[in-house]
Amino acid sequence: MAPPARFADKAFEWLTLALALSVVLLVFLVGWQLARGSELSIKRFGFSFLTTSTWDPVAEQFGALPFIYGTVVSSLIALIIAVPLSIATAVFLTELAPLRIRQPLVSLIEMLAAIPSVILGLWGIFVMVPWLRDYPFAFLKRTLGWTPLFSGPVYGTSMLAGGIIIAIMIMPIITSVSREILRSVPNLQREAAYALGATRWEVTRIAVLSYAKKGLFGAVILGLGRALGETMAVTMVIGNTPQIAASLFAPGYTLASVIANEFTEATTDLYLHALVEIGLVLFAITIASNLIAQVLLKTMSVASTSRAVQ
Amino acid sequence: MNLDFIFGNHQWRKIKSALASVLCCLAAVLVTAPLALVFYHLISNGASSISWSFFTELPKPVGVVGGGMANAMLGSLELLGLAAMIGIPPGVLGGVYLAEYGSSRGNWMLRFVADVLNGVPSITWGIVVYGLAVLPFKGFSAYAGGLALGLMMIPLIMRTTEEVILLVPNGYREAALALGISRWKTIVHIVMKTASKGIVTAILLALARISGETAPLLFTAFGNRFWNHDLSQPIAALPLQIFSYAISPYDDWHRQAWAGALVLLVTIFIINVLVRLLTRNRTARVL
Repeated sequence: MAPPARFADKAFEWLTLALALSVVLLVFLVGWQLARGSELSIKRFGFSFLTTSTWDPVAEQFGALPFIYGTVVSSLIALIIAVPLSIATAVFLTELAPLRIRQPLVSLIEMLAAIPSVILGLWGIFVMVPWLRDYPFAFLKRTLGWTPLFSGPVYGTSMLAGGIIIAIMIMPIITSVSREILRSVPNLQREAAYALGATRWEVTRIAVLSYAKKGLFGAVILGLGRALGETMAVTMVIGNTPQIAASLFAPGYTLASVIANEFTEATTDLYLHALVEIGLVLFAITIASNLIAQVLLKTMSVASTSRAVQ
Repeated sequence: MNLDFIFGNHQWRKIKSALASVLCCLAAVLVTAPLALVFYHLISNGASSISWSFFTELPKPVGVVGGGMANAMLGSLELLGLAAMIGIPPGVLGGVYLAEYGSSRGNWMLRFVADVLNGVPSITWGIVVYGLAVLPFKGFSAYAGGLALGLMMIPLIMRTTEEVILLVPNGYREAALALGISRWKTIVHIVMKTASKGIVTAILLALARISGETAPLLFTAFGNRFWNHDLSQPIAALPLQIFSYAISPYDDWHRQAWAGALVLLVTIFIINVLVRLLTRNRTARVL
């Protein structure tokens, strides 16, 4: 009587296990496909692929440095803008805002996260970039034009515009993860600081933010991972020029956008393999940043819950 | 003693606190401002181009005013259907495994891998599927596009399904097992049934998320200006059409891009609101 039922039980467990293991399989599949697809380029250029800056499909010379530079710089600009705003918003949502408006505000931020990249890019091309060019960029040019960062002509589409659009894309995720982190800070922490006579800001700074430091850092790295891989919106506003320029007003190019723009135009095998290798580089750096973020976030939540239980 | 100093210092600390509050409030306004701006511009630029023919006609050639995105909308639906077939079974049943079986250490690892996978840039999926389903069959196809979107859905659905299944009270499982019902029947007929609204929510959220994805479709589904009659051929998709119109030099196409974006975003928001209504009922019932 028991065996058939037990067999079905085992079969169901193994079926679900096999399907759960599909995520592990997928990681290897992605890595293997990217490594296999970039074989020619890896053999031909070796390590110099990452350190040279000539990108010339006609002469079959491929160096990814301008794209790595563009990805790193645009993501850094995005972090500089998004991190303070997102963490301040998370503080507002957990510590300051009247209870009535917290949930609506969270819903708004979730809606912002739901806007597809391509729609934000469309808005970026036709609304944000012209506005940036005419007002903030013109102002920066007048006041700080003498520094190398803001030198050169102002076209609008630029590294800075790319960074700003990425910032808009990653703010919701940094905000909502930071909010979760701040919510997990035990109330005892706050009460203790209030009891010492701290003001509301001092409570936030001493008892909440410094307690949640590690988790907030995780949220930021998670945002960085998203920023590095952001494709459509950036492609539409960054200007798509493979160069390394000091000026933030100069157009740039990122790893993800060169793949998006040139993949279907790759005429030779080597060209295609070079583009897949760019994908491999992108995969490696986003996996690395995600690993760091997840480790920080998971250890943080374990630590905070165990402490809250005590 | 210099009491003035202490008093003054206290005043200063209170001012600083108030200032910080104001700044945080301002940050919240700045973070949510793009949502309002994007919506405003979508409506003001796109609403006027939305007409009956926008939903029923094919795109017109350059220079001919009018035409619609009917093929792209249908194409997006077909791609989502294909993606659902690929992504839902592993996503949901994998989520069941994480919630019901396994050791806590092993499941921690699986969750970790799924979370890392969720952070893989969407363009990467395009490259991977290009190697898996475009190169071997020598052509872009709806199948390839659906596969790319479907693979992206797996870790998304897996994590949310796990969470909703964990919401089912343990008493349900114990009661069913005590009646002599086998474990798998308990899971399928009692646990998953109780959590069915939550599972539907998880699936809808994943569909809403991937319905706006463009990067994985660029070199898998590729896009098409006509109706697709064969899923092994390139197919149009709404986000792809928006992208190619947005970067085109024609004003009329720009208007169509705005209209398409408005349709896409409104659809995504409707799904999200629907989901919120569903979850409200669920939490009321389960918790």
